[in-house]
Amino acid sequence: MINDTLKALSQQLADKAVSGEELATAYLDRIEALNPALNAFITLDRDKTLAEARAADARRARGEAGPLTGVPLAHKDIFCQQGWKTSCGSRMLDNFISPYDANVVERCKAAGMVTLGRTNMDEFAMGSSNENSWYGPVKNPWDPAAIPGGSSGGSAAAVAARMTPVATATDTGGSIRQPASHCGVTGLKPTYGVVSRYGMVAFASSLDQGGMLAQTAEDCALMLNVMAGFDRRDSTSVERPAEDYARDLQRPLAGLRVGLPREYFADGLSADVAQAVDAAIAELKKLGAQPVEIGLPNTELSIPSYYVIAPAEASSNLSRYDGVRYGHRAADYGDLIDMYEKTRAEGFGAEVKRRIMVGTYVLSHGYYDAYYIKAQKIRRLIANDFTAAFGLCDVILGPVAPTAAFNIGEKSSDPVEMYLSDIYTLSVNLAGLPGMSVPAGFSANGRPIGLQLIGNYFDEARLLNVAHQFQLATGWHRQAPKL
Amino acid sequence: MKWEVVIGLEVHVQLSTVSKIFSGASTAFGAEPNTQACNVDLAYPGVLPVLNEAAVDKAIRLGLALGSKINRKNVFARKNYFYPDLPKGYQISQMDLPVVEGGQIVIQVGEEEKVIRLTRAHMEEDAGKSLHEDFQGLSGIDLNRAGTPLLEIVSEPDMRSVEEAAAYARALYTLVTWLGICDGNMQEGSFRMDVNVSVRPEGQQEFGTRREIKNLNSFRFLEQAAKYEIQWQIDTLEDGGKIQQATVLFDPDSGETRMMRSKEDAHDYRYFPDPDLLPVRIDEAWIERVRGEMPELPGQMKARFVAEYGLSAYDAALLTSGLAQAQYFEAAARACAQGKLVANWINGEIAARLNRSGEDIATCPISPGRLAGLVARIADNTLSSKLAKQVFEAMWDDGLDADAIIERDGLKQVSDAGAIEKMVDEAIAANPKAVEEFRAGKEKALNALAGQVMKASRGKANPAQVLEILKNKLAG
Repeated sequence: MINDTLKALSQQLADKAVSGEELATAYLDRIEALNPALNAFITLDRDKTLAEARAADARRARGEAGPLTGVPLAHKDIFCQQGWKTSCGSRMLDNFISPYDANVVERCKAAGMVTLGRTNMDEFAMGSSNENSWYGPVKNPWDPAAIPGGSSGGSAAAVAARMTPVATATDTGGSIRQPASHCGVTGLKPTYGVVSRYGMVAFASSLDQGGMLAQTAEDCALMLNVMAGFDRRDSTSVERPAEDYARDLQRPLAGLRVGLPREYFADGLSADVAQAVDAAIAELKKLGAQPVEIGLPNTELSIPSYYVIAPAEASSNLSRYDGVRYGHRAADYGDLIDMYEKTRAEGFGAEVKRRIMVGTYVLSHGYYDAYYIKAQKIRRLIANDFTAAFGLCDVILGPVAPTAAFNIGEKSSDPVEMYLSDIYTLSVNLAGLPGMSVPAGFSANGRPIGLQLIGNYFDEARLLNVAHQFQLATGWHRQAPKL
Repeated sequence: MKWEVVIGLEVHVQLSTVSKIFSGASTAFGAEPNTQACNVDLAYPGVLPVLNEAAVDKAIRLGLALGSKINRKNVFARKNYFYPDLPKGYQISQMDLPVVEGGQIVIQVGEEEKVIRLTRAHMEEDAGKSLHEDFQGLSGIDLNRAGTPLLEIVSEPDMRSVEEAAAYARALYTLVTWLGICDGNMQEGSFRMDVNVSVRPEGQQEFGTRREIKNLNSFRFLEQAAKYEIQWQIDTLEDGGKIQQATVLFDPDSGETRMMRSKEDAHDYRYFPDPDLLPVRIDEAWIERVRGEMPELPGQMKARFVAEYGLSAYDAALLTSGLAQAQYFEAAARACAQGKLVANWINGEIAARLNRSGEDIATCPISPGRLAGLVARIADNTLSSKLAKQVFEAMWDDGLDADAIIERDGLKQVSDAGAIEKMVDEAIAANPKAVEEFRAGKEKALNALAGQVMKASRGKANPAQVLEILKNKLAG
């Protein structure tokens, strides 16, 4: 059971081979056994989970089940869920029980999916290693000395350890794709605007996007069908005709032009990763894909551009955490300013504070033009690079990260070094394009390596098609750590 | 040293939409605290703003009325600062690209007209309210108001006196209530004024350093505060001091302005375009729809009243100080074709009685039709002016038509020559002394005799006829 995909579980439930309650119980038992060591979940509530499962079963009995009714999932602790603690990995929201559901959560509920629990993450989605959580680091199920990646480290680890068949997640600079790569699972970040941000606690508003982690591309397609769609409560939500993201999975890849950015295959890429990615490209060639060398000349500028824009937006988005209406408030304080200062000093971790300070600085009088405006201009150039590239190819391929997962504690003392490892993923968010990571091999020390696929705007169906065909031909995604 | 005053106003107008500018919560005044603040207004984690297009409609309406440029693309920006009545820690406002730019409004100061230019008007959300009493040393925060749509209207520093500033504020107030974009309830904070004041030696081109008096919610306070501030600045400069740029508050109890914060304490708001909102795109169809829904403007109506009814600019201005007023006038004037008389009655007797009872034209017990009835009787000499007032009072208090009262009280003016002659003869016979004095050259004696006739007729005799017949009889 635990290696069953969403597709398989959906079939079993439809065949009445298993009930939602049985599935939920089995996964909860596995979580109980594995989570203490992995720390992938922040909040669990067996009673609530089983109640949801029973309701799903009742719905099925009434003949009102959809394809994913009764199928379990985990939510990254960044999606507001009514009645559940929604902590965003932060002490600031440790006491926050959300009064409402995010659009993503509403959609999963409407589909009848069952909440197994809320997964761990880098605080307010700021991080690439899940070492920045108030609730402690998440361990990589493949190697507990290794990071799982971040910020959706908990979701990725939960899927890798088969504690859940699927988990929702978010990606602002790579936070779905990079943990997918480090944990050997499949992840998708849709085009900006495809998944509603209503109820998805904001880090960087123009970059954040909701997506999922699962075992296969096919499962990601099924999940995207649930999560995607216009939401009028999000002014950046895109209104487009509904589509079935699984419709093109079976299409053969003959004639597919795959762009290979020369900047992604230069210095800085470790030998393991280069080798795994090269092997993946060779596989795709066998399937009929035609590699095309392309240029994304402004790739390097994505780091300073992102690390100006994202903190700027974050510094403003996080101002609401002031101890006045909800969340943490310091126990002792004098006047208003004292309350603000103590609350925020206590409530936020170091990385969040760093980014708020950077963000405040780049927006401040006298620096706004030199930093924020300049970064936005560079962003436009980066987007233009991709537009030009997609004139020459259908899909872009490359690595997700320069190396496989590093060790917990290895980079946490040098934030900038941590930022530099985001080089291959940031541009995708700056441009708003869809991106995926699929398992493509292992490093010398047995840590997973992912292949990144980048698509044109709203071309998720094609990305999923390429990923699915790759997964039919290879078996990396079926491998799971022995736990 | 002769000083010149330079004044500019920034007015925050609450737009009378049903729900807030970025959420669906109600904007109705007076509810229990924190019962009209939804998740979005409370700035819970994960919430997002959605623009209320009715607010944009009202902004466009103002722009059209002022002859402004309506920016076809305008952008919301975040104004970042911390205060407990600002839940997000930023206010969504507009900075570089406001919805409205430029425009002008004509003000009336006495008989003079002056054009005041507008710099811009932009949309933003109101903050909540902080209440510092009644909470045992703590402060209470009521977020009902948080998210109410505001239009911040900024004038050029074109005003040169407190009178001009007050006239501008009143003209703007009339306009926004006339247009139906603001309910005009100043007690409830619907119309709040900040005044920028500076002085300079007469003849100097450069402006002096200005201070800003914040948050005045009555025209009286505006005038008091500005007067005080001007004198304070002049006194300071004449004593050899310098004016520091500062924000000040007016204390109505002491009548003084005092400093709230100086330029050094000024916030850096770190404005940037709000990434949660798309630029507002206004196309020609939208503008034309709003234009089609607009009422005739006060300035247009005023000009028309002067032209059509022969009114003075001053009278026309009074009548167009509110849409209800102007419509009342026009209905009455058309019903009896006596524009000037009707104007006098409205600006005179009716205004006086409404003022006394604290009402406005909407609750006037005399309808335009009935006023027209009274004026018609004056115009056709049925009623003398003196008795007209009596009839008016009866109409107000008893709710009757003019004709009914004239009938009831027997007030019809006597214009029958024969009847008047008889009374004149009696008055002449009864007042030989006055007759002698008049024949001796004392003009006033004529009025005394006329007065006797009026008394005898209980005020009903046509005064003009009385005088004429008297003169004829005394001459002969």
